[in-house]
Amino acid sequence: MFKRNIFFLLGVLALTATAANLARHSALADSNGTRLPKDRANAAETARYAVGRAAMAADFAKHNYLVGPKGTGLPKGRGTAVEGRAIYMQSCVACHGLRGEGSNDYPPLVGGQGSLKTDKPLPTVGSYWPYATTVWDYVNRAMPYQTPGTLKPDEVYAVTAYLLAMNGIVSEALELNERTLPAVKMPNRDRFVPDPRPDVK
Amino acid sequence: MECPGHSPSMPKSNSHPIDRRRFISLGAAGLGALVLRPAAARELGDSRRPYGERSPLEQAARTFGTSSTPATGSSRTPLQDLYGTVTPSSLHFERHHSGVPKIDPNTHDLLLDGLVERPLVFTLKDLKRFPSVSRVHFIECAGNSGREHEGRPGENVQRSHGLFSNSEWTGVPLKTVLDEAGLKPAARWIVAEGADASKMSRSLPLDKVLDDVLVAYGQNGEALRPEQGYPLRLIVPGWEGNINIKWLGRIMVTDEPFMTREEAAIYTDLMPDGKARWFTFVMEAKSVITRPSGEQILDGPGSYEISGLAWSGRGRITRVEVSTDTGKTWAEAHLNGPVLPKAATRFSLPWKWDGGEAALESRCIDETGYVQPTRDQLVEIRGLRAGPDGFNHYNGIKTWFVHRDGKVSHV
Repeated sequence: MFKRNIFFLLGVLALTATAANLARHSALADSNGTRLPKDRANAAETARYAVGRAAMAADFAKHNYLVGPKGTGLPKGRGTAVEGRAIYMQSCVACHGLRGEGSNDYPPLVGGQGSLKTDKPLPTVGSYWPYATTVWDYVNRAMPYQTPGTLKPDEVYAVTAYLLAMNGIVSEALELNERTLPAVKMPNRDRFVPDPRPDVK
Repeated sequence: MECPGHSPSMPKSNSHPIDRRRFISLGAAGLGALVLRPAAARELGDSRRPYGERSPLEQAARTFGTSSTPATGSSRTPLQDLYGTVTPSSLHFERHHSGVPKIDPNTHDLLLDGLVERPLVFTLKDLKRFPSVSRVHFIECAGNSGREHEGRPGENVQRSHGLFSNSEWTGVPLKTVLDEAGLKPAARWIVAEGADASKMSRSLPLDKVLDDVLVAYGQNGEALRPEQGYPLRLIVPGWEGNINIKWLGRIMVTDEPFMTREEAAIYTDLMPDGKARWFTFVMEAKSVITRPSGEQILDGPGSYEISGLAWSGRGRITRVEVSTDTGKTWAEAHLNGPVLPKAATRFSLPWKWDGGEAALESRCIDETGYVQPTRDQLVEIRGLRAGPDGFNHYNGIKTWFVHRDGKVSHV
C-alpha cells in the first residue's frame, strides 16, 4: 500500500514539468510499477524526455557489425590465407577474378603498391587501405555483393588473410584472429593527411 | 473530412441530362445575340485523386547509366528542368551501395549505444515525441562533378552537377537524442550505420554532431522517400552526401573514428605526392548556371534570364557573380531569397543575348569569404590522380558556351 502511494505520487509529479526529469528509463522499463526507479536522484541532470527504452541483449545481438581500428567489436574467430583461398574461390572469384584483379564494376583487390605517386595510381586494398580491420569489416558487412551477411566470422578472418597474403602484407601461414588482425600494419597506413581546405587562396 | 460544396453525392452530369441541358442553355443565353447555336460544352476535367501526380506532359526525370550491379550506383537530378530551390522528392538524386531496402516503420528502430550512460532503443514513434525541427539543406555527393576535375566535362548540368539536391528535412536534432542517453566523458565520435543490405557506415566527429546534425524522418512535408532513407536517416548539413547515412539503424558513440571503407578509402582524395586527404567532410562553395545550360537552345537573340544554383557547406551564400565573356567581366547576380545556410540559393541575372558567341560562368562567395575557384586553381593544388572512387570534393567554376545558332554546349 505504501509503495502504491509512492507511485501514485510519482505519477502526479510526472504531469509537471520538473517531474519529466525524474522519469528515468529504468523506471520506464518497469512501468508496471513493481519497484522504485533505481537512480532517480541524479535523473534531473541527464534524461530529459524519458523517450525510448533501455537497450537489451537482443538489440546488441541484432546490431553486431561495427568494428574499429583497435579491434573493438571483432568477434572471436580465426582463419589463414590457405583456408581463405577456398572461400575466395567459392564466393569472390566470379567478380574479383582469380588474382584479385577485378572486372567491370568490381574493383581490383590486389596490386598497385608503389603506384600512388605515378600518373597511373592503382588504389587497392593492398596499396591504399590503411587498416586491416577495415578489410575485415567491409567483407563482413557488405560482401559477397549478392549475398551480404552470409560469411561466418572464421570465413571472414580467412578471406581477409587471403587478401592480405595476395598483397604480400602477411605470410600465408599467419592466423588472423581478433588479436592479430588489428596488429597488421598496412603499407599505406601513414600516408593519409587531415583536411587542409580551404586550400585555394 | 468532407467539403460540403464538393461532396461525393453531387449529381454527375451524365446521369442527369436535364440539369446538363439547362446548364448549356444558360451558357448559351449568357453569350447573347452573338451566338446563334448553343456552344459546345467544355469538357469536364479529371476527378480527384488521393495522391497527386504531375502533368503527363512534364517529363523531367532522373537519369542513370547501365551497370552490372544495378542496385549499386547513382541517379542524377535534372537541375536544368527545376525552378526555385527545393528538389521535388521524386527527383532527388540517388546513391545506393546495395539497393533500396524495404523497411517497415512499425518495426524499425534505432539503437544508440557505445560511450553513453544508458544505451537506448527508439522506435519511429519514440523519435517523433521529441521536439522536431524542419530545416532546408542540400545534399551533394562527394563525387558530384568529379568528371569536371578529371577533364571530362558533363554535356549538360544534370550530368555535370546532378548529384545535388535540396530539401526541407524534418526530424529531431541528434544532440537531443544523445542527451537522452547521456554522453560519457570519453565520447569524441559517433559511428552511424544503415539498415541496408551492406549496412553502410560512417564516423562523424562529435562537435559536428552536437552542432547541427538531424535524425530525419520527413522530407518536403511527407515521410522520407525509400530512396532517401525511409523511414529514418541522418542529415549532416553541408557535408559530403555519403555521411548522411540512410535507413539509419544504429548510432554508436566512440572515442575514435572506426575507419570504415567509405571514410578510410573510398571518399579520400589522392594528392600529387601520393598521400591522401581523409575526413574531407565539407562540400565547399559551388555554383552552376542551370539555364541556359548544356544541350539547351536559345530561340534567337533577345532577353533571357541566366539562372542557377549556389551553395556552401560552410554557411550562407553571400554573393554570386555571372560572366558572359569567359570571366573577363563579372556582374553581380540577384539572390532569390531566402538565403539559408548550407542550402541551395537560386541566383538570377537578366541577359540580352546579341546573337554572338558567349561563355557563361558563375562563381559564388560564401559567408566565410571563400570564393569558388576555377578548375585550373584546383588542379594546380590537387593534381589529376584518381583515387579509389575517382575524384571527390571538386567545386570548380563551370562554363557553358553559347554558339551563334543558339545551341548551348559544355566547354
